[in-house]
Amino acid sequence: MIRSVRRLAAVLAVLLVLLLANITYYQYFNAAELRARAGNSRVILEEYSRERGPILLGSTAIASSVPTDDQLKFLRQYANGPLYAPATGFYSIVYGATGIERAENSVLSGSDDRFFVDRVQQLFAGRGVKGGAVRLTIDPRAQRAAYQGLAGRTGAVVAIDPRTGAILAMASSPSFDPNKLSSHNPTQIREAYAAYDADPKKPMLNRPLAMTLPPGSTFKLVTAAAALESGQYTADTVVPGPASLDLPNTSKDLNNWSGTACGPNGETTLENALAVSCNTAFASIGMELGDDALREQAEKFGFGTSFEIPLRAARSRFPADPDVPQTAMSAIGQFDVSATALQMAMVGAGIANNGQVMEPYLVSEILSPELETLETAEPKAFSQAMSPANAASLLAMMVNVVDNGTGSNARIPGVLVGGKTGTAQTGNNQTAHAWFVGVAEAVPGQAQVAVAVVLQNGGGAAEVSGNRLAAPIAKSVMEAVLRR
Amino acid sequence: MAAPTTAPAVPRYRQPDRRWAELGLLVAAFAVGAAAYIQVDLAVLGKVNDGTWGVLAITGALILSAHVAVRLVARYADPLLLPAVVTLNLLGLAMIHRLDLADELRARRAGQPIPTPDVDSQLTWTALGIVLFIAVIVVVRDHRRLQRYTYTAMLAGLVLLLLPLAPVIGAQINGATLWIRIGSLSFQPGELAKILLTIFFAGYLTVKRDSLALVRTKVLGLELPRGRDLGPLLVAWFVSLAVLVFERDLGTSLVFFGLFVTMLYIATQRRSWLVLGAILFLTGAAFAYLAFGHVRLRVDVWLDPFTDEADRGYQIAQSLYGFASGGMFGTGLGQGYPQLVPYAKSDFIFAAFGEELGLIGVAAMLVVFAIVIQRGMRTSIACRDVFGTLLAAGLSIVLALQVFVVIGGVTRLIPLTGLTTPFLSLGGSSLVANWIAVALLMRISDAARRPEPEGVAMEDAPTQAVRL
Repeated sequence: MIRSVRRLAAVLAVLLVLLLANITYYQYFNAAELRARAGNSRVILEEYSRERGPILLGSTAIASSVPTDDQLKFLRQYANGPLYAPATGFYSIVYGATGIERAENSVLSGSDDRFFVDRVQQLFAGRGVKGGAVRLTIDPRAQRAAYQGLAGRTGAVVAIDPRTGAILAMASSPSFDPNKLSSHNPTQIREAYAAYDADPKKPMLNRPLAMTLPPGSTFKLVTAAAALESGQYTADTVVPGPASLDLPNTSKDLNNWSGTACGPNGETTLENALAVSCNTAFASIGMELGDDALREQAEKFGFGTSFEIPLRAARSRFPADPDVPQTAMSAIGQFDVSATALQMAMVGAGIANNGQVMEPYLVSEILSPELETLETAEPKAFSQAMSPANAASLLAMMVNVVDNGTGSNARIPGVLVGGKTGTAQTGNNQTAHAWFVGVAEAVPGQAQVAVAVVLQNGGGAAEVSGNRLAAPIAKSVMEAVLRR
Repeated sequence: MAAPTTAPAVPRYRQPDRRWAELGLLVAAFAVGAAAYIQVDLAVLGKVNDGTWGVLAITGALILSAHVAVRLVARYADPLLLPAVVTLNLLGLAMIHRLDLADELRARRAGQPIPTPDVDSQLTWTALGIVLFIAVIVVVRDHRRLQRYTYTAMLAGLVLLLLPLAPVIGAQINGATLWIRIGSLSFQPGELAKILLTIFFAGYLTVKRDSLALVRTKVLGLELPRGRDLGPLLVAWFVSLAVLVFERDLGTSLVFFGLFVTMLYIATQRRSWLVLGAILFLTGAAFAYLAFGHVRLRVDVWLDPFTDEADRGYQIAQSLYGFASGGMFGTGLGQGYPQLVPYAKSDFIFAAFGEELGLIGVAAMLVVFAIVIQRGMRTSIACRDVFGTLLAAGLSIVLALQVFVVIGGVTRLIPLTGLTTPFLSLGGSSLVANWIAVALLMRISDAARRPEPEGVAMEDAPTQAVRL
């Protein structure tokens, strides 16, 4: 009898070992997979039980977590939600996260490897694990000027520091309130989201980064850059500028907005062609240079590249294989050319920064939960789009546009301001998109800001709308950056 | 002849009773339980709750009285059993308290009335369990006297087992009919029935084991016991099936059947019982799978809990999520979300431990279960009489099977069956029954380890009444 009891004791021991092996599988080997499953609400609860780090502008938090009484222990709150929404994004239990909330989630939630030491310390100190902070490059004054300038319109503004690539403003209009999507009430979140989603003006669209539109005449900056870089043109080179240009292989003609020639005898200088935004001149320069030269120049400014700032920006594009008339149209920013506001700001910034285009970035610093700086962004060059000499020449031409040409509304007393207007036709009988690209330097030789403004279907039918509508917004943003 | 007046020089070996070891371990067990209870308060409330000191004082006093009772009437009992079950019982109380606090918080947030803490009733049942533990070792001075009640135990056991089917008092809870309800008191008689039927089988097999083992007939090449000896096994099988069919209690029927087969094997040493038992089990299982929707559902969910995890697979999926989020070290008591698992206080309490104590914590708890089970089996081996050997083995096997079936169920090792985790789960009947089972094990181990009375020189001394 003893023998069978012994045997059974061994069998019972084996059963317990089986239990332990099975539990080890689920708690150790399979644990990560189970934790990652969508049906596992603990992940969200755990994430919400930690104090998520703030998103800072300087020392002011534009997104922060405040303790609550309910099961999700912290509520995400956004000061001036709609103003900064394109940068912060939202943080929702229903729809996940967007913007910086998504791109820097590992820092904000505290799960980033850089916080390992902090986490261990927090654990031993018995404090709840806190997330790290993210400091943005945004200049609150510039952002406010941009957002207020856009009030009541549909459009975007991006301002960049040409020397570094730091994004000083990225405004979108109309905007949304991330507080409404980041509450703890799923029903209200769903209702708010549905309302935003149904709005034909798409308030949740991140226009500065995601909306690509034909850049119209502002693209003439790229064409002019290509012309200068080809070595065949200077600012004073005489170029054809008739009232109307016959496009080869088509029955269509290309006209100037004014319906008149850009200079006596249908000729003008490159500088003047830019100042009056002469379509026929740039179309013929474009045909002269060819689509490859234009595309190459555009790509040096960032077309064709998807930047992660760390939010992912849409790719701006120059058509792949246009025929001659299409090249002519592309040279003046029509046909299939499309660009984001970010991209056009980078064009201005590259010209203002001696031809060097910097990688755009939005995060200036990563901070520990105790707000000690862990990492500072280092400006990186993206490309040398032009020689410094040609860049200086083109910058002077841009200044001429503001001083003597179509960009008069961007003038700031005592500051060297350059710019380029644009009014892009959209076809379909919709109103045109009004553009303005501007640069400003209060200290000579030191461009402090480049800005691009686009008003979607906001312009009238005339070239002047870029100057009338978009230039004043660019001006106020540049003034804000320069503290004027 | 001048006989030497002194007894022959037998070495005066005194069996150590190990009561001080037991006391030391009990202090350690109490410290673990108290620390867990206080940790729950600190983690959830940030301070020690008002009621906590009272709970600790009551449990401390109960444990001390159990120890004193053991010293007085079961001095040689196994010193590990009591500390092991005390550890489990206290950890169970701490976890139920922890889940009470979660319920309280939820009710407060929702603006609902705060529910009565379940730990209060569990504490009452713990007290009753320990009182009955003391009562059993005091009243049952010799476990062999239980053999007299073999058939009484069988009758009482079967009645208890089938009582929930009785009209008026029977109650169906969560699809299983295993409760009786008298007024506001509900009780699971099946838990007590397990002990009574273990006593019955130990007694029955003590008498019948020789004929079961020796008299065989050959059927189809397999040596089988005679039909009349086969009777009890078939009865056990049918009763198991009846429990399954009429009470829909998969777990109890499994434990019940496993117990009888293994006890037959111990009593007869015939492996053919195991083979026969396995065949009957498989037949029964196949029949149950085909015939009953609720059995099929359990099996389907076991095979694939995640396809329908929002509905049918919800319990097991939540349980696994709990284990996974606990990981190696656990979230710490009071810092996880064990309340997300349905029935976290009862059937799924082990998932709550997995989440908050981690793999290390539940491995330690499994070791404590292993200690109880293995000390029980040792008691069986050390016991000098057949009845005690069978009873101790039976009680240990019931415990082991129950632990395996319920923990295996919540960890998806085997299909989920509704059962309480011994000593941990919320549920008075189970707690009280397990305390009685441990009391019986203590009684048998006391008999097993008690030194033989010293020989008395019969021819010289008159017979005396010896006071022990």
